[in-house]
Amino acid sequence: MKQCWNAALAAGALAFSVSAQAAPPTPEMISFACAGCHGTNGGSAGLSMPSLASQSKTAIVDAMKKFKSGERPSTVMGRLAKGYADADFEAMGNFFSRQKFHPTMQAVDKAKVAKGSDLQEANCSRCHLDDGKDGKDDTPVMASQWLPYLQMQMDLYQSGKRKMPEKMAEKVKPLSKEDLDALLHFYASVNK
Amino acid sequence: MTLDRRSFIKILGSASGVALAGCAGAPSVSSGSAGEIMAKTGRRVIVIGGGYGGSIAAKYVRMLDKSIEVVMVERNKQFISCPFSNFYIAGITNDMNALTINYDRLAANHGIKMVYAEVTAIDPAAKTVVTSAGTLAYDRLIVSPGIDFRIEEIEGYNAQTPESIPHAWKTGAQSTLLRNQLQSMKDGGTVIMSMPLTPYRCPPGPYERSCLIASYLKQHKPKSKLILLDANPDVVSKKPLFTKAWSTYYKDNFQYIGAKKVTQVNVAGKSVSIEGVEDFKGDVINLIPPQRAADLAVKAGLVGDDKKWCPVDAVSFQSTKHKDIHVIGDATALPSDGPPMPKSGYSANSQAKVCAQNVVNLMNGKEPVEFSGINVCYSALNEHESVSVANVYAIKGGKIISVPNSGGISPVDFSLTKAEHAYAESWLRNILTEMSS
Ligand SMILES: Cc1cc2nc3c(=O)[nH]c(=O)nc-3n(C[C@H](O)[C@H](O)[C@H](O)COP(=O)(O)OP(=O)(O)OC[C@H]3O[C@@H](n4cnc5c(N)ncnc54)[C@H](O)[C@@H]3O)c2cc1C
Ligand code: HEC
Ligand code: HEC
Repeated sequence: MKQCWNAALAAGALAFSVSAQAAPPTPEMISFACAGCHGTNGGSAGLSMPSLASQSKTAIVDAMKKFKSGERPSTVMGRLAKGYADADFEAMGNFFSRQKFHPTMQAVDKAKVAKGSDLQEANCSRCHLDDGKDGKDDTPVMASQWLPYLQMQMDLYQSGKRKMPEKMAEKVKPLSKEDLDALLHFYASVNK
Repeated sequence: MTLDRRSFIKILGSASGVALAGCAGAPSVSSGSAGEIMAKTGRRVIVIGGGYGGSIAAKYVRMLDKSIEVVMVERNKQFISCPFSNFYIAGITNDMNALTINYDRLAANHGIKMVYAEVTAIDPAAKTVVTSAGTLAYDRLIVSPGIDFRIEEIEGYNAQTPESIPHAWKTGAQSTLLRNQLQSMKDGGTVIMSMPLTPYRCPPGPYERSCLIASYLKQHKPKSKLILLDANPDVVSKKPLFTKAWSTYYKDNFQYIGAKKVTQVNVAGKSVSIEGVEDFKGDVINLIPPQRAADLAVKAGLVGDDKKWCPVDAVSFQSTKHKDIHVIGDATALPSDGPPMPKSGYSANSQAKVCAQNVVNLMNGKEPVEFSGINVCYSALNEHESVSVANVYAIKGGKIISVPNSGGISPVDFSLTKAEHAYAESWLRNILTEMSS
């Protein structure tokens, strides 16, 4: 019968506990807790908090593992990631990668966007596919990501605190600060 | 033709799916009216309180099962956040706009029915909620009413005391009063802050406030000083971070004194007394009284033997006092093994989702799901640096535990304070957006 759990609870009357009978946390249960910072279903309202909605599953799992081990620097994610197992990371990756893309429609500098659009073609598009909309394997989706977040991450790469993939480093190193800023404006501007 | 109360509400309800704005002031309802409003047709969850816990519980029940009707009862049309209110009090921000949300988009996006009214009673046997706009029936009730104060524990404190000696522990006129008192204080004045024994709303909140007020005084009233009287024997939250901030930035104008429990207030003489043996006089006094679950929870018999907090089951958040009533947020006493989840907005948000999921499961005859939750509290040290405490929570043996070897506080070398300040602002924006859309 449909109300069997209610009946079970009613039978226990006042000082009951359902804890003993509960199923392990579902991917939703685990991932809902992230939304207080990353936004409902991972759609961030900004300004520096990254969106997770429709992020590539592998990129999420990879990021969580690296946060946990300390390989990727973080302010808070390392402390949180240590509270979860690999299976939880899979659950988070599945949950957020299946959410609708979250266009941020943020203010960007048009001239920089145009310049960035040209630069990405030659330098980044081999990995950051389809204007950063497609996250293949551990390459994160960057389209529409919040600009202040991308800038903070680029600073971490540049300072050597976050390790760049070697092939990405080859492309990034020759570029000027202005070029990189233009590239990030471009990715932030891609809303669809 | 005149509309009676019920058809008036039905018309509003069907017109927009938002409904009932201003119903508390609508004609033909005497306050405390026991007449039923919005007769229950299908399965219904009522949520009391549209704060950090309630707004999220209402939203997630609807996200998880659209066939369950959700009615949210909240006394105010606008909610003003406590998180970040210390910035306003200390003059870093100039209004409360960024702290204020309403429920229009939340209600429209998720089909939540709003009743703006005061809940005066809960009848667990009849499964009804009595409000100033009439009575509502429920299948399950989620209560997230926040806190009220145990003013009876401070001699000389009465209902009027906060009008001259603000607590500013609920945001609004109280925050403006404390802000104005600080701004009109003469340079050279003394500010006294007093904070209660744990548990109380937002463990790091008083320490954050002390930092921001000290920062304000340092910049604008350099001859003034701030004394924080802590009823607890020692700093109860983020101790290494706050003690470092105090000794680095505020050593000349700030003093922390532990184990000073204020037992008496002298409103006319502007002083507080510790057990009658020691008095502290202030030009401005911010007295934060000891707390308990909000009045409604006490009145409805949801508090435990301590008469302060509401005992609940750690999976479903169902009250151990009354069946089919769930309590979340600051008002709860959660079964815990080790340090309990702090009474914070993030905790309330996280608990609301677990509660919503299990209320839906229970109503659908499905197995409940174990708790998995997070708390993170950011605290500002000045206008451009913040620190945090973070923890992941799970269930063990029916009790909530902080997952071992995880979580903790920000690095004490303050290497991340500027980045965390930016992330803290984004956190506020995200959590308030979550609550209001
Ligand atoms: C200065 C300060 C700073 C803080 N900073 C942080 C922070 O940085 N991070 C953090 O996570 N937390 C912070 N907090 C804590 C946070 O504000 C609370 O933990 C949170 O609000 C608890 O949520 P709640 O749903 O239990 O109660 P609330 O958010 O207070 O919501 C309760 C709601 O119920 C309504 N209500 C109550 N009784 C009735 C009734 N009888 N009828 C109708 N409606 C009713 C109220 O109007 C209110 O809207 C801070 C608190 C303070 C005071
Ligand atoms: C207190 C706020 C907070 C909470 C809660 C939180 N995050 Fe984060 N998240 C951040 C911040 C801030 C960053 C940037 C890295 C850093 O400084 O920690 C981030 C970065 C990330 C990234 C990297 C994104 C990218 O594009 O590279 C992922 C993935 C992520 N978080 C996943 C999660 C998951 C999954 C959860 C829930 C288990 C979660 N976060 C909970 C604040 C939070
Ligand atoms: C060889 C493939 C490759 C190339 C080329 C490449 N990237 Fe990346 N990029 C990656 C991968 C993989 C990651 C995630 C790696 C990690 O965990 O740090 C990444 C991450 C990033 C991030 C961090 C995103 C986030 O959510 O945290 C930014 C920003 C970025 N790349 C910018 C660029 C720019 C700009 C270029 C061109 C100049 C570029 N990349 C070229 C593979 C590449």
